[in-house]
Amino acid sequence: MPAQINRILLLFFAFIGLFLIVRHFLIPESFGQYGHYRGDSLIENAEKDKIFADAQDCHACHSDILEKLENEMHAGLSCLICHGPGRTHVEDPQLGNIAKESGMEFCGKCHDIHPARRGDVVFQVDISTHHTEKTDCIECHNPHALWEGME
Amino acid sequence: MEEHTQHLYEMLSKVEGYIYPNEIELQWGIIIVLYPYLTGLVAGAFILASLERVFKIKVLGPTYQLALLTALSFLIVAPFTLISHLGSPLRAWEIMITPNGKSAMAIFGFVYLWYLLAVLNLEIWLDYRRDFVIWAKEKKGFMRGVYKILSLGISDISPKAVRLDDRLGYIITLIGIPSAFLLHGYVGFIFGSIKANPWWSTVLMPVIFIFSAMVSGIALIMVLYMVVSFIRKVKIDMACLDTIGKYLFYMLILDFTLESLDQVHRIYEAEESFDILHMLVNGKLYITLFGFQIMLGMIIPMISLGALQIFKAREQVRKTIYLSTGLMVLVGIFFMRWNVVIGGQLFSKGFHGFTNFKLGLAGTEGLFMAIVWMILPFLILAFLLWLLPPWKKQMEA
Amino acid sequence: MAAAGTLLLSSVTRPFDVLLMASDPPPEEGPWWGIGMDIHLCIGCGMCAKACKIENQVPDEPFYFRTWVEQYTILNNGEVKIESPNGGIDGFKPSFEEEEIFKTFFVPKMCNQCAKSPCTQVCPVGATYDSPDGVALVDDSYCIGCGYCVQACPYGCRYIHPEKKVADKCTLCYHRLKNGLAPACMEVCPTKARIYGDLRDRESELVSFLREHDYQVLKPHLNTGSKLFYNGLTAEIS
Repeated sequence: MPAQINRILLLFFAFIGLFLIVRHFLIPESFGQYGHYRGDSLIENAEKDKIFADAQDCHACHSDILEKLENEMHAGLSCLICHGPGRTHVEDPQLGNIAKESGMEFCGKCHDIHPARRGDVVFQVDISTHHTEKTDCIECHNPHALWEGME
Repeated sequence: MEEHTQHLYEMLSKVEGYIYPNEIELQWGIIIVLYPYLTGLVAGAFILASLERVFKIKVLGPTYQLALLTALSFLIVAPFTLISHLGSPLRAWEIMITPNGKSAMAIFGFVYLWYLLAVLNLEIWLDYRRDFVIWAKEKKGFMRGVYKILSLGISDISPKAVRLDDRLGYIITLIGIPSAFLLHGYVGFIFGSIKANPWWSTVLMPVIFIFSAMVSGIALIMVLYMVVSFIRKVKIDMACLDTIGKYLFYMLILDFTLESLDQVHRIYEAEESFDILHMLVNGKLYITLFGFQIMLGMIIPMISLGALQIFKAREQVRKTIYLSTGLMVLVGIFFMRWNVVIGGQLFSKGFHGFTNFKLGLAGTEGLFMAIVWMILPFLILAFLLWLLPPWKKQMEA
Repeated sequence: MAAAGTLLLSSVTRPFDVLLMASDPPPEEGPWWGIGMDIHLCIGCGMCAKACKIENQVPDEPFYFRTWVEQYTILNNGEVKIESPNGGIDGFKPSFEEEEIFKTFFVPKMCNQCAKSPCTQVCPVGATYDSPDGVALVDDSYCIGCGYCVQACPYGCRYIHPEKKVADKCTLCYHRLKNGLAPACMEVCPTKARIYGDLRDRESELVSFLREHDYQVLKPHLNTGSKLFYNGLTAEIS
């Protein structure tokens, strides 16, 4: 075979050979397990840290509040909506290490009157005029017993 | 980071209409505009070279090696634009090791390597092999070693061996033509296959990319031939230059026709995305599209080059027209890439608004970086022309 | 050429595998996750978007969202105005006089977990994929940050994380899902406007939702196989 062709083919196959060897070492181990991706990634994604607790965790200790809420309009709401992620409290339950958001601005996020909110879906109040002498809704409304102490 | 966030708040204040919140920042900037531009120049220069080699248009002989070496210079720089853009450039090797067969972008690794090694380098080597052997004998010291290595240890330059070189080169060029189309066509497909983006998603995209690549490549060689001849203080072969001008004219017509067809089709069908695209073209893209891409990059060159086909003009006039239209075309095709890449990201995929793009100066995605990538190929070309001078090729006895 | 040849060959060997280029088929067993959204129930409180950013450590700035809420206002003169201030996290202040408004409503958005995801199709290295149970995920130790998937998503669900420099998106809180917990956004939705479920479980809340409502997906003409089914999707929503 002529020298040029010899040399070209030699280089060609040497390159391919080298590439295949390098590829063998570089390709991640779990690649291709379930599809064209690192199988380990599926597990990594499944094992990421959870920050929000689960409302079931709350019910384990605070079943009394759950009972109170039963006939309320706030029944069925996840505790975490107002009490935040709650992870610290669930892991180490102490008085005070859980959020308890309230205030006109906060409650207004759901309840402020807004044309795009359907009246049959959420109870709405115009917070700019509703009892402006008060600073916090919870002064009158217990979130777990909304009409407690009212006529 | 702080500066970047500040920049984003500024952009947020300039949003028109409604965009999806994640669309505020353009993912692909000037560096990504450069990549199709550079590979387009590679493909175009190669096609011009192949006109001489495969289609036997001998009059283009003086530009044959220049075109190949230009293609090589730009091909070497092209991947750097991509790597510098990546969020995690150190993982760039993954595209070679685990390419996703369903992704057009994954083709890059293999098409690029194939074209660089099996096509371009091989063709240049086969063309210069005889010269390497001769130069290795003539030179002394370090340069002697360099040429010896380049000849890959083969010293046979008998007429039979040289004829074989020629035959092999012919075959490589033949394979090289579709390879060049693939090298640049896949970039067009990268955009053309994205159904989410109606500015990009068209069957014609790979075709338009290829034809505008040929236009830009031919223009580049035309300009370079004139510049290199000027620097070397040698007479320009006007028959060659006139032929290049002629081919540039024909290619311009083809490219213009295809791009117009794409737009006419879009305007006629006026489907869902038409309203926002209409606003895009008449608003943010007005100057870059109508001004630079169409008027400067196509209409004026077509008229000038067309006039030369009809009217006889003095050599000096012809040279001036070739140089100026060549430069205009190069600018125009750059803006064609700009309008595709940047334009496609300026409007929201919800078709209800626009974000904005401010070209930064510094940073890996900035204008200065883009200028560096644009200048580098010319420096490499200068080096290659010194190492492998086409005009010092030893003619056969 | 190679692609055309492969397509031709596959069409001979697997004549009904029309989805060669785009999809993974649903699993033979195990859940096949989907999402239901009821536009009539969304009150635009923004708790979902806020909880998502906390749960998934999404950067706080208003340029990166895995989920967000939009408000559509159709004015009496026919104009459609859309807004999503900070993704809806801070809620929505009414921006038009009531007399001007013809209709207005909220539309929550999140990753559609497409069965034929255009985003996973285009990843050049295999750093984003569809899990066997139908969730589109990102491998953030493998992603090269090229941004192609961001370009390919028709719904604007993806972004490049400003610090990690990799693609990021809603994962349907896969880490919660696999432990029997609800995704954070759905956990905190006060009206159950967002629900999730196993599309193959006929008893699930989601399948009942599909049975009771006239559902539709965003951009159906793009054939993404979106598994996010809306009730109340109207002509102007995109």
